[in-house]
Formats: sequence, C-alpha cells, structure tokens
Amino acid sequence: MAQTKEELFDAKIPEGPLQEKWDNHKNSLKLLNPNNKKKHHVIVVGTGLAGASASASLAELGYNVTAFCIQDSARRAHSIAAQGGINAAKNYQNDGDNIWRLFYDTIKGGDYRSREANVYRLAQVSNNIIDQCVAQGVPFAREYGGTLANRSFGGAQVSRTFYARGQTGQQLLLGAYSAMMRQVEKGKIKMIPRQEMLDLVMVDDLARGIITRDLETGEIQRHAADAVLLCTGGYGNIYYLSTNAKNTNASAAWRCHKRGAMFSNPCFTQIHPTCIPVSGEYQSKLTLMSESLRNDGRVWVPKKAGDDRHPSDIPDDERDYYLERKYPSFGNLVPRDVASRNAKYVCDEGRGVGPTKMAVYLDFRDAIKEQGLDTISGKYGNLFDMYEKITGENPYEVPMRIYPAVHYTMGGLWVDYNLMSNLPGLFVLGEANFSDHGANRLGASALMQGLADGYFVIPYTLGDYIARNDIKPVSTDTPEFDQAEKEVRERISRLLDNKGNKTVLDFHRELGKLMWDYVGMSRNKEGLEEVIGKIRDLREEFWKDVYVPGENETFNKYLEYAYRVADYMELGEVMARDALDREESCGGHFREEYQTEDGEALRNDEEYNFVSCWEYKGEGEKHDIHREPLEFEYVTPTQRSYK
Amino acid sequence: MSDQQMTIHLKVWRQKGPNSKGELVDYTMDDVNPHMSFLEMFDWLNEKLMKQGEEPIEFDHDCREGICGSCNMMINGQAHGPQKATAACQLHMRQFSDGDTIYVEPWRAKAFPIIKDLVVDRSAFDRIVEAGGYVSVNTGGAVDANAQLIPKKEADIAFDYATCIGCGACVAACPNSSASLFTGAKIAQFAHLPQGEPERKERARAMVDQMKEEGFGDCSNFAECEAVCPKEISITAIAEMRREYVKSLFD
Repeated sequence: MAQTKEELFDAKIPEGPLQEKWDNHKNSLKLLNPNNKKKHHVIVVGTGLAGASASASLAELGYNVTAFCIQDSARRAHSIAAQGGINAAKNYQNDGDNIWRLFYDTIKGGDYRSREANVYRLAQVSNNIIDQCVAQGVPFAREYGGTLANRSFGGAQVSRTFYARGQTGQQLLLGAYSAMMRQVEKGKIKMIPRQEMLDLVMVDDLARGIITRDLETGEIQRHAADAVLLCTGGYGNIYYLSTNAKNTNASAAWRCHKRGAMFSNPCFTQIHPTCIPVSGEYQSKLTLMSESLRNDGRVWVPKKAGDDRHPSDIPDDERDYYLERKYPSFGNLVPRDVASRNAKYVCDEGRGVGPTKMAVYLDFRDAIKEQGLDTISGKYGNLFDMYEKITGENPYEVPMRIYPAVHYTMGGLWVDYNLMSNLPGLFVLGEANFSDHGANRLGASALMQGLADGYFVIPYTLGDYIARNDIKPVSTDTPEFDQAEKEVRERISRLLDNKGNKTVLDFHRELGKLMWDYVGMSRNKEGLEEVIGKIRDLREEFWKDVYVPGENETFNKYLEYAYRVADYMELGEVMARDALDREESCGGHFREEYQTEDGEALRNDEEYNFVSCWEYKGEGEKHDIHREPLEFEYVTPTQRSYK
Repeated sequence: MSDQQMTIHLKVWRQKGPNSKGELVDYTMDDVNPHMSFLEMFDWLNEKLMKQGEEPIEFDHDCREGICGSCNMMINGQAHGPQKATAACQLHMRQFSDGDTIYVEPWRAKAFPIIKDLVVDRSAFDRIVEAGGYVSVNTGGAVDANAQLIPKKEADIAFDYATCIGCGACVAACPNSSASLFTGAKIAQFAHLPQGEPERKERARAMVDQMKEEGFGDCSNFAECEAVCPKEISITAIAEMRREYVKSLFD
C-alpha cells in the first residue's frame, strides 16, 4: 500500500460545527474586488447544469468566461435528459423535512462513503436553487392555489422533490442556458460550441489552459486562462450501453487525470433498475423509465426457467414476485441497487423473459384492476407512451419488460471542499467530481448537485483561489502549450494512420461487455483480476487494429469517437482495480464475497472507510492508490436493511 | 409484431463540406430489423461503409431519447419522419415496410447552412435566445420560490411552450423557413409567467428582430411547423408572438 499523501488530500473541511462550516468558510474566503474580477479569465468546459450555472454566475460577477461544449448548442448537454426532479429541503409540505434530514438521507443513501461537510452544504444550498430557478422562469409543476408542487421520489419518506412533468432536467438546463446566453449577449461569456477539450495545460504547477479541437474543422486550438473548470459529466458510457447520451465521454477528465489529477472511487457506478431492455445487437443506447413506475407496477418472472408462455397465460401461482417475496416490507420499492441486482440474479437463473431472456416483467395488471385505467394513465401516461414508441408493445395490455442499465457514475476527479482538484487552478463540478453521492446517488440529487456547485459554491471558492495566488495572465506561446498540442496531434495522427480492420464501435462494444460482465452489478475478486488482463489485451488490440475513417481537418464523428474510446480503454482498468481493491460491498459496488446473510451489501467500516484516489504513473504503468479517510462525526453508519 | 428482417433502399444526401456540391446517394440495406431505431439503422449502415473503406455518413445525434434536439433529418420530405410527435431518434423501423425507399436529407434553410452530409449549423437559434430569451436575474438574492403564486393553468401553458427542444424541425418544414414557432414558444412561455413581465416588450421585439436578421422567413400560417414538432407545440405560440410584438411597438 502506498503512503497517503496528506498534503495532497487535505479536503480543507472548515472548522466548527457541521451547521456552521459553510458560513464560517465563506467568512474566511478572500474576496476579489469587482474591478479585479474583470481582469480575470476562466475556462469552463461543458455546459450541462454545472457548467452553464457556473458560467452564468461567474460572468455576472464580472469574470470573463470562455465556455466550451461538444454539442452544437450549449442547450443540448445531457443534463437535459433528466426526468424525475430536483430535491430541496423547503418543507413546503409541512411533512417534517429540513436540511438535516436531506443531509442525513443523502449520506445514508450514499452508504456512508461521502464527506459529511460536503453533503451538509449541498442540503443547505438546495433551497436557494429552487428560488433561483423559479426567478428565472423555470415552469415547475404547481398546485391549484399557485404554490409549487412536490412529490416523494425514490423511496423518500418526505415530499421534497420539485419537478416539471418528466422533463425537469430540460427545464432546469434551459434556465441555466438562458442565464448564460444573457451573459453572451453582454459579452461576458464567449460560448464556443462544437469544440472538444483534448488536454489540460499546466504552467508552473498551475492549471492554466486547455488544448481543444474544433469539431467542425478539426483545427487544434490553445486557450489560456486563470483557472479551468471541468464540468464534463460522468463516464457511464464506458459500458457502451447506458442511459447516457451517445457523445458523453470521460476524455476531458481523463486528460486531466493524466496530467496529475487524482481519480476517486472510479468503481462507484449506479445501475438503474427500470430501463427498456436490449432488443438486439444493433442497439445503440438504453432508455430509462422513471422509477416512479415501481410505485404501482409489480415486478415478476416465471417460477420455472425457460417458461415461454405469453405472460397473461401464466397463472399467479406460477409467477415469482421475487422482490415482494424477498423484501416483504419494501417490496417493489427497494433501492435501485437491490432491485437491479435481483433482476440480474433471476435472469442468470434462466428465468428472464422476452426474446433475449434478459428482462423481467413490470406488471400494471393489478394496479389497473384496483385503481382503474384512467388513474394509471393519469399517473404514467407519458411513460407508457414512450415505452410503446420504443418497443411497439402496449403496456396497458402486456406487462412492461425492464432490465437494469448503467445510469450515473458517483466516482470522478478528486476535489476538496472548494471543488478544486489536487491540481491548483483545476476545479471540477457536477457529475465529473466524486464528492457528494458516496457509493450510491439518490434520485433527484444529481440536478441538485450540478446546480449547487455552479450557482452557489464555485462563485465563492474561485475568487478565493485567484485572490490568494495572485494569478497573472499567461501566454499560449509557451513550451507547455507546445508540448500539449504536439501530444494531441500525435495521438490523432496515430489513430487516423492506423487503418486497422475493426471499427471503434466493435471495440467499444467489446469493452462495454467486459465492463458489464465483470465490473457491473455484481463483482468478485477472481473476475476482477481476470478482467484487468482482458482490458489490457483489448487496449493493445485497439491500438493495433482500430480503423478510423477520414481525416482530421473535417467534421469527423468517428475520429471523436475513437479518441474517447481510447481513453475508456485506460479508465476501465482503473475501475476494475478500484473494485478489486475495495474488499467490501457498499452502495452500487457489490462484491459477492462481502454480503450479509440476507444478500445485502456488507460494508467494512474498519478498513474501507475512505475515498480512493488513483494516481497516474505513466503510460502502461500501474496506477498508485492513495486514501482520504472519511470521518463521521454527526451520523453513525448503520447497515441497510429492507426486509 | 413481425421480427422479419426488411430490405430498405435509402437515398441519402451526401455533401463533403459547406461549399461542396451535394447529391443523393443510393444505399440498400437488406438486414434491417424492425425494432431498430432510424438512427441505429444509420449506425449499422456506417459500420458497413467503414468496413468497405467508404466514408461514413455524418449526422447529428446525442441523447436518442427525443429531448436534446440534436437529431435532424428530413425523412421522405417530412421533418423527423412519418410518426407524429416523434424525433428521428425515436422513430423505429417498424414504421416502414419491407422494400421501402426512403429519402433522407438535411434540414434545408438559408439560416441553417450545411456543414457536412446531414449536419447543419443551427447557431442562429442560440442568437435568437441571446437577443432576449431569458429573465434578467442574477444568481443569488431570489425571493422564496413560493412568494409569488402562479395559477396552475398559467404555469401549465408556460410549460407547454417551454418544452421546445430547439431541433429546428419547424424551420425545416416551413415553406418560408420561418423560425416563428421556435421564437414564439419562448416569448409565449415568458408572457404567461410573472417573471417575464418586466422585460416583456423588449424581449418580444429583440427576439423577433433577431429572427429576421438571421435570414428566417416570416410566418404565413401554413402550420407545417405544428404538424412536425416532436413536442407538439401549438401554433398559438405564433399568435402570442405576434400579439406581443405588436404590443411592444407601443410604449
């Protein structure tokens, strides 16, 4: 085991009682006067909830912002696809909610693998987020009296989720995007779409710029600034099939990692239980169905393996409502990870349904009988329509078929309380960092975190960094920029000149299958050791045999795809190593060797109560691991039970 | 539902770059699964093209759930194809029959110049939003979210307009290449919310003027836009936009 680098992993948690830490910290942060802010320039990479909210807020304060996104418009970032809602501790429903409860639920939901101080701050600013979004004109759902509506989400015992039908992410992102466009109009933000970050440039040990590729013309560009904010989302796409948008990728984060930024808890991935199953080899992505469906749908498979009868021909006593059977008190509402794992188990037993046998039924027959067709259609009509559009089957008549799919990644680049990575000047926001969700994210918390980081944390902490470090402008005409650009160009040429026999998609699909089979819902030592070798072999084959069409100096989506998959080939190995190193089960990380008698995740708080921090050691070298210990002063970690 | 593989004849617009001459190129796919999405058929075709050493077809896509607004294809002359309220990414091949010939072209509008093949430049939409599609409120200092009551009916109308995904189908379908549905939806969203009130006039005027400046045509009530909108945004948005614009001329 390597030594913990304490000087690197000081999370800079402020002193004082939990409830006062953020206020104390804000009081101690250095301020930049408004005239000085105008002299500073910030790069923001990615324009999802975190990037758009940060760009707008910093520009409003006076900073000069250059924002980049890979889509053709900032409005298309993948935050747009979030369905369910956003949590806040408003207690508008008078049901006993408060900041403490939201904090506690988030820590517990994360299976005690996140920092108390970060999560408490998240709960604190959650209320400001709702106020801010409403002020921007975000059309949240409302009651007849004109107040905001709330719902209970993801098994929470209070109704704290704000929503805009099934399109909450879209409405929040359009709010942040419009705030950004207002600053574009004022000249405070320079928005550069269709531009991808391909490297980070460090000058005098500070993050001072990036190398980008113009996705329309292939031009390689240099951009310098006083700080770099990485808001580039998660790495769920490594599994090939996931609910993530096709162009989401880990490359910007991985490039930072290779320049020295620590990658934390890479094995913490979230698998969502209610997705539309794979229908064939041509499948390009998976579609999530809101987990609210489990409020009324009953999950089952036939008792007998290989039972090919039509579901309506299978009588009740030959059906296994396995969640209700195994978890009588929570039934179909067990947490995401438990529901997902159990679906895998019954399919592994040969009891899966549908043409691929990799699905379970989610059946509304009884709910329709009890509540009536109109009620069920009122609750889930849009979801049923979406299901029918994709599968061609009518879920009012035939039970839905569902299967788990990768949905979110809790791991990411390591950051301190100020959201700064271990590389000074590189800040990481939103899903791209590791900080708030521990080993498992609760529903309606991703939107909350993205906006908390961008609207209410970074505007304070960035100013402090700039004020304390007396950052002076830097030219892009330096050896560091020369070197980074040279490396980017070489990499692109190497991919294009390779002219192998297999397409990028062939490789991505193979890698995805390895990750899903060995580093997916359920993991074990033997499999993880085996897959590390397999990933290395695949990576070697990739560089020998990949075919990338066309040239650099044009719009070339398969070239983009190639460099992203090349990075996944490296990240995959670190995910497997992290899963191997963590000899416990927690949240989304389930090691078969470590489970309770009831088959629940068994944590090992004695030995694994830490954040893993992986350090890049050079091309082809094994990563080093460092560990940031977690301390629980205010909550006592307990064993989850849903019996 | 038949799982029988289908043969599909495609005529796809290929254009090397913004200034090159484009043409329709024929491709025949003899193994199209009816459960494939339209874009998955293109993925499949591109794999085959690359394995034959040919250049793949470029097209924009991302979420493939009908919400990001990236995908844009004229399919047999219809923006996003034949299925109502469906973006191209959610259109499935079961909507077609074995042996069909399908024409696939990019959005065609002066304000959406072609970049390559089926990819176009829709940045004009961003500039319309930039002109005024926002509420001028800085981060911080917002009052409590429930301090201002908004009748559910108004909030629901605002939401319906706010669901626009900015795909540009409305422009592509319009004989005038008008962006009135897109622009009107944003103006109408804010016209139904108290937050939009203070800048109501400036917003309407600035956004409509910008739309004109970008080279989009005006609306002559064909209503083709409403027919193809994947989010089924009503053409009443355009009536609202006109009313807001006229009112904005009188201070």
